[in-house]
Amino acid sequence: MVDQANINLPEGSIEKQTTTLNLGPTHPATHGVFQNILEMDGERIIKTESTVGYIHRAFEKLAERRPLYQITTLTDRLNYCSAPLNNMGWHMTCEKLLDVKTPKRVDYLRVIIMELSRITDHLICNSIVGVDTGAYTGFLYVMQYRELVYEIYEEVCGSRLTTNMGRIGGFERNFPDAAFRKLEKFLEEFPKVWKEFEGLFSRNRIFIERTKGTGAISAERALNYSFTGPNLRAAGIDYDVRVHSPYSSYEDFDFIIPVGTTGDNYDRFMVRNEEIWQSLSIIRQAYEKVQAFKGTDADVYHADAPEYYLPAKADVYTKMEALIYHFKIVMGETEIPAGEVYHSVEGGNGELGFYLISDGGRSPFRLHFRRPCFIYYQAYAEIVKDTMLSDAIITLSSLNLIAGEMDA
Amino acid sequence: MSLNLDIIKEKLEAQFGDKILSWEEPYGMPTFTVQNDHNLKVLTFLFDEQELGFQFLTDITGVHYPDRKGEEIAVVYHLHNLKENFRLRMKVYAPIEKPDVYTATGLFSGANWMERETYDFFGVNFIGHPDLRRVLNVDEMDYFPLRKEYPLEDQTRIDKDDEMFGR
Repeated sequence: MVDQANINLPEGSIEKQTTTLNLGPTHPATHGVFQNILEMDGERIIKTESTVGYIHRAFEKLAERRPLYQITTLTDRLNYCSAPLNNMGWHMTCEKLLDVKTPKRVDYLRVIIMELSRITDHLICNSIVGVDTGAYTGFLYVMQYRELVYEIYEEVCGSRLTTNMGRIGGFERNFPDAAFRKLEKFLEEFPKVWKEFEGLFSRNRIFIERTKGTGAISAERALNYSFTGPNLRAAGIDYDVRVHSPYSSYEDFDFIIPVGTTGDNYDRFMVRNEEIWQSLSIIRQAYEKVQAFKGTDADVYHADAPEYYLPAKADVYTKMEALIYHFKIVMGETEIPAGEVYHSVEGGNGELGFYLISDGGRSPFRLHFRRPCFIYYQAYAEIVKDTMLSDAIITLSSLNLIAGEMDA
Repeated sequence: MSLNLDIIKEKLEAQFGDKILSWEEPYGMPTFTVQNDHNLKVLTFLFDEQELGFQFLTDITGVHYPDRKGEEIAVVYHLHNLKENFRLRMKVYAPIEKPDVYTATGLFSGANWMERETYDFFGVNFIGHPDLRRVLNVDEMDYFPLRKEYPLEDQTRIDKDDEMFGR
């Protein structure tokens, strides 16, 4: 029995004592490994204490020994729902440091891949919000289209979840025809399916009553908590890295930034929902631009940066320079210029930043990942204070917390 | 009117004079260094001053430079003025024996965990932080792992017999 004097029940409570509830580290209702110790007054949350770090893998330390191209595999494992996006962000950071200019076709191919991963990321998040409100079907239904996107990744780079896609300067090989055929299939079929999914939720009374007005955060608080991405936009701030600091030729595309007003679970759902439509439109535009390249231009898939981009195997066997570069790159003996770079991309969850300091050796002197998840998760305690436990579960999913990104 | 680097420089130097130690612009990001007991004053000034308005904190992190005697630990702030879309980087250096800087949690709620992370990995003591505990590592840890004196394990070692992760 808890000492009565220590109980800080709110006024008007009918309970005799508070209950401590361990939500996590592994709990069927949370998606990812993190713990929340909740102090409850009946079903109402009084206090939350969040513990993270269960899957901390010391990526920043590991990166200090690796040559640049080996760090790509670490970025995969940050937000594993949109791994190619992290890969591309990392390659662009390296290109900024090494002063490598990528051709337009590479930029557009990257945009296609990045927007596909944004779709998979939002698709998982929104369908999981559906699961947590009690609608499992939508999740299973749209999952086959994530599968199709993963097949596109597979055609492009050979792997699916942790992709290690692309190289500094471009891609490891040109996109095969099969990848484009599957992309066309995706663009043809997915909108219908997503329309249906949207129809199941966005005007569904049960869903609206579960999500509207719960888990809200105001624009001021969201900014003060350094929110970025869909969670900030749901609160009404139209900050998007793709528009504010365009990278990979995003300035060539026409799209809007959807914003919400209240920053609650419903707005977060709707912002992600609209972002999927915008991403589809960006992919269509990018695919058109890619198709416009004819002749030899259509074979361009990497920058001309022999010091950092692996030469073709045939050249390695027949040309001296190619052999030297091949050896230096594979052994990680390429010296990188000294300097410090901050580059950020609009990740699935917000501004994914890479702060890279090099002192001129073969690997970074220091690499820091700005992980949006880690930064906005600290607001969770404030958001769920005085809400019901079942709302807190939905809030957890609709914030889209990815433990891999949180812990790095 | 739009914000530019000259305005920022002029304002900061008028307010803080020689407390602003240096200016540089690596890869297009304006960066300045400030004396380590003035970090909070400068952040507050950048936050409150109408024309500057750096009210969004992108990131806080630390760097360990073992070769810089007396200023081994650097704390790096990335600030962003979202209205003018202007990014700024601020650095403070502190000696490793006494790595004290003031906390920014009073200005930015988001600074809380960022500072805890910096404390966790570099041992930076943020004076005035409401809850300066480790965040990613275990509480019992008694060292700061991202400091350079803790090298990664030698990849070629063969003396280790580990049944679970045998090599």
